[in-house]
Amino acid sequence: MKLAGPILVGLCAASATFAASTAPDDVIFGAYGEAETPLTGAAGDAVKGQRIFSEKSLGNCVSCHQLTSLPDVPFQGEVGPVLDGVGSYRTPAELRGILVNAKMTFDGTVMPAFYKTSGFIRPGDGYTGKAAQEPIQPILSAQDIEDVVAFLGTLTD
Amino acid sequence: MKTMILMAATLVLAAPLAIAGGPDDDTLTINDDIEIVTKTDAPAHLDGLDTIYSGWHFRDDGTQEMEMDDFDNPGMIFVDMARDTWATPEGAAGKSCADCHNDPESMAGVRAVYPKWSEEAGEVRTLQMQVNACRTERMGAEPWKYDAGAAINMEALLASVSRGMPVDVAIDGPAGETWARGKELYYTRYGLLELSCANCHEQNFGNYIRADHLSQGQINAFPAYRLKNAKLNGVQGRFKGCIRDTRAETFSPGSPEFVALELYVASRGNGLSVEGPSVRN
Ligand code: HEC
Ligand code: HEC
Repeated sequence: MKLAGPILVGLCAASATFAASTAPDDVIFGAYGEAETPLTGAAGDAVKGQRIFSEKSLGNCVSCHQLTSLPDVPFQGEVGPVLDGVGSYRTPAELRGILVNAKMTFDGTVMPAFYKTSGFIRPGDGYTGKAAQEPIQPILSAQDIEDVVAFLGTLTD
Repeated sequence: MKTMILMAATLVLAAPLAIAGGPDDDTLTINDDIEIVTKTDAPAHLDGLDTIYSGWHFRDDGTQEMEMDDFDNPGMIFVDMARDTWATPEGAAGKSCADCHNDPESMAGVRAVYPKWSEEAGEVRTLQMQVNACRTERMGAEPWKYDAGAAINMEALLASVSRGMPVDVAIDGPAGETWARGKELYYTRYGLLELSCANCHEQNFGNYIRADHLSQGQINAFPAYRLKNAKLNGVQGRFKGCIRDTRAETFSPGSPEFVALELYVASRGNGLSVEGPSVRN
């Protein structure tokens, strides 16, 4: 399916709901926006996480962030910081919190909240420009978040 | 595409295009004649920017070059179509635009001050709304569809005869309320991505977002012929696309929200030259 020119994140990859996964509104943040508890019972898969990070139709993190370890991913953006080595200076809990809702860590940041389903102004249905269907799905699923956290954790040099 | 790259390679411009990190230093003169102010001090009401830039500064040399000569600017084809329309009687009154306004050139300066408060209508009108008011009230003709076909062509004609003149929309007096509403819309973070116009075009102009080099989202250069869809694009159609890309429910071209937003965004470009019809990717 060809989308009508999305700039950022592709259509929702969030379909798998695991019995064990924490709902977006139930995520507990620490004082600095970190989220200690994994969102699912299954360990994150770093290989899948890299794909979610890179692909336009998934997380599309590269629209704003560069990673020198991904030279084959074209058009890496400059809106956010370069993430080389982020796994050595951020804990998994911090990374999870930033992915779930970066505004809890960076007040007012332009980085979207990837695991959030309420509190939006005029939420849309993907990139159709039409009103969102209820219930609103998060941009990434709980397991997607864990996979990306695992991937970022591998970025240690 | 290939020919464009070749064109760019043989071009001698004032400075090489910056790969990243902001607007380039090129200057724009159309037909070796009309000097376009594409960079100037931000108007006093605008706190978020020191210098304002036309979107032209953020496009590659090949695209920039197409705007330097009317024969290379595909948007001018639609200007010519609108010249025919200008002189064609339509509607119950059997009148054309030319019957009341003489040449299109008599409209020089008009594009620069719209959107504008209409005393008789008691509302802020965009240029397309004003044209439609002439059609329905003076010509007895059907209104044109917003931001489409004949309406956008006519706007391109009216822009073309004002090229080089400074954008100067009024933001106070009776237009003040609409302007304030537009400003509020500009800074609202819409959609699942929670992004406002300002997040991209004030905080991040000059940065690449994926493959797109972000400009300040100025509208002095509209209508814009986009190579991407090979047609003239209106201001409000562009707004709609940008809001859609935040994964939001958009507003419609012609809606009161977009009229207000157009006035506000136009005012952010006060001091830049009218540049339309422009060429963009
Ligand atoms: C629209 C732009 C945008 C997108 C899309 C985006 N980010 Fe960010 N990100 C930012 C910005 C800007 C910051 C810096 C925080 C700040 O100060 O505002 C940031 C910060 C971060 C940080 C913290 C880096 C540090 O030095 O502490 C991480 C980790 C991160 N992003 C990961 C991601 C991942 C993973 C994705 C995709 C799932 C993503 N980002 C998508 C804009 C974005
Ligand atoms: C997610 C990022 C993003 C957001 C949010 C956004 N835009 Fe844009 N906009 C773009 C990109 C990318 C382009 C194409 C490159 C450019 O000209 O900046 C663009 C282009 C434009 C242009 C065309 C400029 C030209 O010279 O051709 C206008 C006008 C514009 N945007 C206005 C707006 C307004 C008004 C809003 C809010 C309603 C808005 N944008 C929100 C990303 C965004």
